[in-house]
Amino acid sequence: MNHLPQAWGRPRDDVYGAYDNSHFQTNGPTTHTQSPIVTGTSVVAAKFKDGVVIAADNLASYGSLARFTDVKRLRKFNSLSVVGFGGDVSDMQYLDRLLNSLDIRENYSSTDPENALNAKNLHTYLAKVMYKRRSDFNPLWNHLLIAGLDGEGKPFLASADLLGTTFSSPTLATGFGAHLAQPIMRRVIPDEAAVAGVSKEDAIKLVKESMKVLFYRDARSMDQYSIAVITKEGVELKENEKLENQSWEFAERIRGYGTQVN
Amino acid sequence: MAALFSGAPPQGGPGYSFKQTPTMAPSGERQHGFYPYTDNGGSTLGISGADFTIMAGDTRSTSGYNINTRYAPKLFKIGGEGPDNKGARIVLSVVGFAADGDALKERLDTIVKMYKYQHGKPMSVSACAQRLSHVLYNKRFFPYYVHAILGGIDEDGKGALYSYDPVGSYEREQCRAAGAAASLIMPFLDNQVNFKNQYEPGSGTGHDLQAKVAQPLPRDTVESIVRDAFTSAVERHIEVGDGLQMMIITPNGVEETFTPLKRD
Amino acid sequence: MGGFDFSNHNRNAALHAQGVPLPKATSTGTTIVGCLFDGGVVIAADTRATSGPIVADKNCEKLHYIAPQIWCAGAGTAADTEFTTAIISSNLELHALSTGRKPRVVTCMTLLKQHLFRHQGHIGAYLVVAGVDPTGAHLFTVHAHGSTDKLPYVTMGSGSLAAMSVFETQWKGKLTKDEAVKLCADAIQAGIFNDLGSGSNVDVAVITAEKTTLMRNYITPNVRERKARNYRFPKGTTAVLNEKIIKKEEISKYVTVHELEDDSVTATAETMDTS
Repeated sequence: MNHLPQAWGRPRDDVYGAYDNSHFQTNGPTTHTQSPIVTGTSVVAAKFKDGVVIAADNLASYGSLARFTDVKRLRKFNSLSVVGFGGDVSDMQYLDRLLNSLDIRENYSSTDPENALNAKNLHTYLAKVMYKRRSDFNPLWNHLLIAGLDGEGKPFLASADLLGTTFSSPTLATGFGAHLAQPIMRRVIPDEAAVAGVSKEDAIKLVKESMKVLFYRDARSMDQYSIAVITKEGVELKENEKLENQSWEFAERIRGYGTQVN
Repeated sequence: MAALFSGAPPQGGPGYSFKQTPTMAPSGERQHGFYPYTDNGGSTLGISGADFTIMAGDTRSTSGYNINTRYAPKLFKIGGEGPDNKGARIVLSVVGFAADGDALKERLDTIVKMYKYQHGKPMSVSACAQRLSHVLYNKRFFPYYVHAILGGIDEDGKGALYSYDPVGSYEREQCRAAGAAASLIMPFLDNQVNFKNQYEPGSGTGHDLQAKVAQPLPRDTVESIVRDAFTSAVERHIEVGDGLQMMIITPNGVEETFTPLKRD
Repeated sequence: MGGFDFSNHNRNAALHAQGVPLPKATSTGTTIVGCLFDGGVVIAADTRATSGPIVADKNCEKLHYIAPQIWCAGAGTAADTEFTTAIISSNLELHALSTGRKPRVVTCMTLLKQHLFRHQGHIGAYLVVAGVDPTGAHLFTVHAHGSTDKLPYVTMGSGSLAAMSVFETQWKGKLTKDEAVKLCADAIQAGIFNDLGSGSNVDVAVITAEKTTLMRNYITPNVRERKARNYRFPKGTTAVLNEKIIKKEEISKYVTVHELEDDSVTATAETMDTS
């Protein structure tokens, strides 16, 4: 009889031989994500006087292949916030699961809607997850936009990326949107003071216009997208919108690329 | 399979930094690794006077040729009460990699608040300064990629200013500029605050000429020097602009001001 | 024989292999645009030139003359855009002289693309070519590798996406001259305020069948405010270790002096004494 606690409940060495630990060892060092595989492109968002509008198309690319055309990249979190995901889709799905478990835990621990996690809390949480993972050299290859309402019920919009970098602005866009959508949105909402003069309809129009320009010029985009509006009334999420009023007027008069005339 | 990352400019890794432009020719196959740092641009500076310290920083956050936001403060009150740091007498400025800057700020803020909770008195600037050095050196082999400047009022009521390198070497100084435009601003500060390269006219000939002696400057003079330093840096450095945030620390508290800068 | 001198190539390759970086060229990290309208074409540019993150020139000219009715906006390496447009301008002038006809935009574009293709992208010139000739108004882009494009509205440079976002939201098929100028100026301003490589002012050139109008600094949205302090130093602030005063009477010891008899003769300068 072996009296040592570490032997309790284990097969006896004198009967079964020493335990073979070899399968615990893996060959080589542990490996982490070094590049994204299936990716989503831009997420765009803009604040308005009573809330935030956020949008992202439904495409997941595999390099230059348009692999999945019905991937929803906006995720509702309770009735106060929406997270938009750019970058790696599998890391997005991991974060989705993480947020699910967070939501369940929150619903168990507090039933008071006054103390529910708001968008600002959610952003702080996600930013710390992202920063922790980059510090472990095991990044979540995403660029997130967190849109919703803060603790005082005011519009909140901020970003967090794979390095844990965070910033906030009245309009935000990730990926290609940072180059193409931001200039459009900043013209209408140049600073925090301008937000008060923007209606929900203006903001939706602005974001839809940005999505259209992104479809024209981002080769990794598509014309079907999700759009969410977050106000005090809750989250209004539409996941199968189609781009409207496209204009290809410029194409009509193009003849060749140089000396060709017709 | 060519990897594509939507958050980065074409070809580049995650976030492009001017400091990381390759000096060597790219050789052989392209390897896509993870680099845990980026440079978010911007500039900060601090000047201490007889009974005050002025800290300043622009509010632009950049990534490559892009502006992330026109308002991302680089100045943080440290200590005091609650999340708004009421009654704080110490200010930390960080420039470089913003995520590390935020993490560093939060660490130091917690330390200073815990100190008051445990000892029943606020932490002195000199103690806070040394602690910050230790916090930075603790990550010697995975550093916080920031240039920190700490400002406050010392135990004699004089303006105190400490500047740091990313791994914790620190020094008390009269003035210091850090960040993207540090090399543009620092010589200006040497000349205008410490009167370097200035002599007393007619005080002698040749080697007998007397150098102009630096003395603590009045507050309004320092404020206008800071403004001119930043409006000039905006003219010649593309990563500096949008807004100027200033914090003036006196024995009575911290005054905060914001001035718009050019947005191009 | 003209052309480039490659005699330092081997030395530079050896230095480069040892890790010596290439000298930093002034680049016009730029926003340039062009837009056709009814009866002509407009091109516009910002005026910032950069060397890495440093602004090298706050008000440079990126609109280059090719021919009286053909102008070119340049992005990329400053020297390459300047010399490429200059050499093509020269060749086009000779061509116009020998044919006795007005130069055509397609001719200019073809000369540019053949010149750039020959140099396989080593000449870093990214151009927007615009002009009006007897066949009408034309607008092209020419890339450093020699490819060209022909579109009703074009953008180039580091601010091209910001500028393109304006065209993609505001452009329409029929434009008046004033609408086209406004559109181009707005596109440049999108680059100025959203792209760090672009900044300062807006230059615009309008080309019609009748004339070319160059509007240098058409919009100046980035005027520097007055400095808070005065930086005039008192005389004697700078240390002087050695001083030598030469009086006017003794100046002939050092240089040859020719006194001018007539006030109208102004061209004679003092020459250095080389003895």
